[in-house]
Amino acid sequence: MITPTSVVLDGQPITVTQTGDKMLVELYRRFVGDYPKFFKMDTLCRLGFVAAEMLLKDHTTNDERSSDWTIIMANRSASIKNDTDYLATISEGHYYPSPALFVYTLPNIVTGEIAIRHHIQGETSFYVLDKPEQLEPIIRSTLHPQPSTLLAGWCECRTTNDFYAKLQLIWNN
Amino acid sequence: MVFCIGHSIISPLGEGSKANFAAVQAGRSGLKRYDHRFADVEPICASLFDQPQAFVPMCIRSVELATAGGACPLDSHDTIFILSTTKGDNLDLWTPAVGVASYFANPNPPIVVSNACTSGVCAQITAQRLLESGMYKHAVVVGCDLQSRFIVSGFQAFKALSPEPCLPFSEERQGLNLGEAAATVVYSIEQPTTNDQQGQDWTWSLESGAIHNDATHISAPSRTGDGAFLCLRDVMQGVQHDAIRLIGVHGTATLYNDDMERAAIHRAGLDSVPMCVLKPFFGHTMGAAGILETILCVMQAQQDKTENEQQVHVIKMLSGFGGVNAAIRLRV
Repeated sequence: MITPTSVVLDGQPITVTQTGDKMLVELYRRFVGDYPKFFKMDTLCRLGFVAAEMLLKDHTTNDERSSDWTIIMANRSASIKNDTDYLATISEGHYYPSPALFVYTLPNIVTGEIAIRHHIQGETSFYVLDKPEQLEPIIRSTLHPQPSTLLAGWCECRTTNDFYAKLQLIWNN
Repeated sequence: MVFCIGHSIISPLGEGSKANFAAVQAGRSGLKRYDHRFADVEPICASLFDQPQAFVPMCIRSVELATAGGACPLDSHDTIFILSTTKGDNLDLWTPAVGVASYFANPNPPIVVSNACTSGVCAQITAQRLLESGMYKHAVVVGCDLQSRFIVSGFQAFKALSPEPCLPFSEERQGLNLGEAAATVVYSIEQPTTNDQQGQDWTWSLESGAIHNDATHISAPSRTGDGAFLCLRDVMQGVQHDAIRLIGVHGTATLYNDDMERAAIHRAGLDSVPMCVLKPFFGHTMGAAGILETILCVMQAQQDKTENEQQVHVIKMLSGFGGVNAAIRLRV
């Protein structure tokens, strides 16, 4: 679980010195470090990416996993933080639309970033819901017909200092 | 397996699935040149409503048309509303979903599927899973996106738009056209028994669906069509290749998308199956595309089906940003 001021991994609090987006960079340096593409990502993707890395760090990627792993994420505000950033590039009198920002104006990009990192060619799905509890029946119905290993959870980001991620790994083999 | 008990399309070509099907059969296209519709952006070729529309009323009208037969109890706990959209109502996706569901007095929190351009197919897969798991008996799946300065400027910056009507799978294709539409499909666990308003001929069953990521790039598809191939492989399980009557491809007419789809279809051994491409009529209607195109592909297969044919299958496939691909197989 990651908030702008706190991090908990497997029930244990992780000590951090920064807050907000800077804390995500701090977590990246501590848990990842070798994936410069991280710095191109918007805050929503950084949040989901770092949370996923912390969960997956002990599980090395192999080809066996690639097409039967599933990633399901949800939030309430879709890609609003990056939507707002993109809007600033097309404001009246300052019309310089940024393709690099535009590509992040979809919430499911975070699931794609994690899939690329771990070469997961299974399902990636993103839902917009009111509350994290609403995700539970969706996860259950996804796993029912096709058991797989699942990375799932809530990944919400309104600003660089207002976000919340709670992800879990579900082994269902 | 779940059964379609109603559907509708609202587009610049008309209101209702039959009107839109007839327009396509007659070769009418909604694509036009717009010079000044959106401030600052360069002239575009798109399929837009004459007057700017409001998102929630557009969705409501689409649901009303699809449920006119009364087969779906909209205000029941047994019915779930699922909205497929990428930009919703002015970037807000959750509030309009509540607006639509509450208009019909539905007591369940709705679900919004936002999986880029694959949302309309993914939303139907979500509906099938929820119905088959026994949680609900009916699912109202609404897809809608309306064009805006936000979307047009972004696609233009991406150099993905064609200034002319798009040419899917042509060597001369220059990119995609954007479009506006709302489309609804209502699924039920109960097979329709009577020849109601929609008519038995206008129903189908959703047999299977699959979603796979390319895991290569967030804005460019896999050159070898990995994710799309895996989707086709999955939905072909349990069915012979010669039972597939039609593949409704994404066919955006961007250089990379069409190449990718061709590679995936080849890998799946489906080269000889006729393809259906609808972007030259409607443009890319984003969250509505998967639903609108499913309806029209099925209607085409129904029209082509001969009396001796018991089972004809249609595949609808889509791909989108984030590397995501999706496909469903429908039995007609």
